Amino acid sequence: MASVSLTDVSVSFPIYDASNTSLKKRLLPTLTGGRIGAADTHVPVVQALEDVTLSIEHGDRVGLVGHNGAGKTTLLRVLAGIFEPAQGQVSICGRAVPLFDIGLGMDSEGTGYENIYLRGLFLGMPRKDISERLDDIASFTQLGDFLRLPIRTYSTGMRMRLAFAISTSVEPDILLLDEGIGAGDAAFVEQANQRIQSFADSAGIIVLASHSEALIRRLCSTAVLMERGRVVEVGDVETILEHYRTQATA
Amino acid sequence: MAMNGFSLNAQLKAGLKSSSFQKAILDIVDGWRSRNLWLAMGIQDIRKRYRRSVLGPFWLTISMGVMIAAMGLVWGVIFNQQMDEYLPYLCAGFVLWGFISPLLLEGATAFIVAEGMIKQLNAPLSIYVYGVVWRNFVILLHNVWILFLVQMWYGKLPGWVALTSVPGIALLALNGMWVGLLLGVLSARFRDVPQIVANIIQVMFFVTPIIWKPSMMPDRAIILDVNPFYYALSIVRDPLLGRAPSIEHWLIMIAITICGWACALVAYSVYRWRLAYWV
Repeated sequence: MASVSLTDVSVSFPIYDASNTSLKKRLLPTLTGGRIGAADTHVPVVQALEDVTLSIEHGDRVGLVGHNGAGKTTLLRVLAGIFEPAQGQVSICGRAVPLFDIGLGMDSEGTGYENIYLRGLFLGMPRKDISERLDDIASFTQLGDFLRLPIRTYSTGMRMRLAFAISTSVEPDILLLDEGIGAGDAAFVEQANQRIQSFADSAGIIVLASHSEALIRRLCSTAVLMERGRVVEVGDVETILEHYRTQATA
Repeated sequence: MAMNGFSLNAQLKAGLKSSSFQKAILDIVDGWRSRNLWLAMGIQDIRKRYRRSVLGPFWLTISMGVMIAAMGLVWGVIFNQQMDEYLPYLCAGFVLWGFISPLLLEGATAFIVAEGMIKQLNAPLSIYVYGVVWRNFVILLHNVWILFLVQMWYGKLPGWVALTSVPGIALLALNGMWVGLLLGVLSARFRDVPQIVANIIQVMFFVTPIIWKPSMMPDRAIILDVNPFYYALSIVRDPLLGRAPSIEHWLIMIAITICGWACALVAYSVYRWRLAYWV
């Protein structure tokens, strides 16, 4: 059973620009007795998440809504285990699969088949599983013999199909989506929608960050409203979207 | 807001806990378990460079071969050396240097160049360092043939003793891991480190007996005794040239490996969790 629980999680980014990242700044103060260094130790910090407490149970489909910079992506990265927060507790049961860029790891010089393997490995699938699903993925892409060609010969839409087909063939306990997964031309969209639905149904938990209300309505049962790194409200999708809209116009 | 929670000292205190140490070890163990991923990434990296060229990755072998032929002719004459003796020596040293130096150069940038992946993939961070060591091992496998060709040409094949270079290469790979973890973490935070490493490597190429022989030194010089690269090179080069490796050099390399891993583990357990913030 997958579950996620965050208690008082805060994440902040130190901004080391060139002057802060360089060794010179670190070493010179000690050489000069620390006087210059004293004023320099204040590293500017961006507070991306502040005191976030959230608990997600198996079967929950959570949509994250909020303005740009509200902390949605950072929260997803905390859930994926990419950012370990400086403060607060994170406990995650189950294998989380972040799907932020569905083309991550694909090599434009590799053939379609090579890329299915490569992308599959990036998604954490064992080779054996990829081989088992190869036919399913290949037939879903409808790319036929194109799969034997390097994907640099593909159109953007074809690449998208391929990335989409592979990425939706994992079976994660916890699925983390950023801005949904876009997919090709109109004929493909309907087919893709079905696949997203069955893909979503197979995951224990989904957390989706999106500006698309339609997508959130379709995939999510609860929603979380975020503002300036804080969780403002948790509730059912319609209420939260309503509040988000009033917040936007206010 | 804890503004100063980011001073290196504060992070050191937060990181020096047994739980962080366990996480660091787990990261390295999990990295090994995810070898399917970095094995594929490493091969892909090399292939990518030579795609659509007729000879493919054998360009690696050819460029190295051309370099060695040119250097061998020039330096052999300058040093007034017997070619049948000198060329295999230079070749072995040069091929191995082509393995050792990228372990430091690419190890230092292992996390920096993987920025995009680190922020999107929740894989253990050590895979990027495994990837560097693996990729360079594959390149070494391409280049080592030049040495055998040269030795065949002069009728000086090393014989079975050459096999004792295999544990030596394994030890170098083990050293490549700690170097990558340590320098990788430092470089992610301090972007001058890769430049410093590059400069050191450039100097070490001339200070280490690769184009010259230890016997050309008037006395047993200090630049040999305190030079870790000399020991790293000799435990593999000697057997490749048909001599049994020196036990003393092996013991020194083992000591370096242990100390290096100890330092790297401390640094990695303290700062590993900050990597995603730094890159």
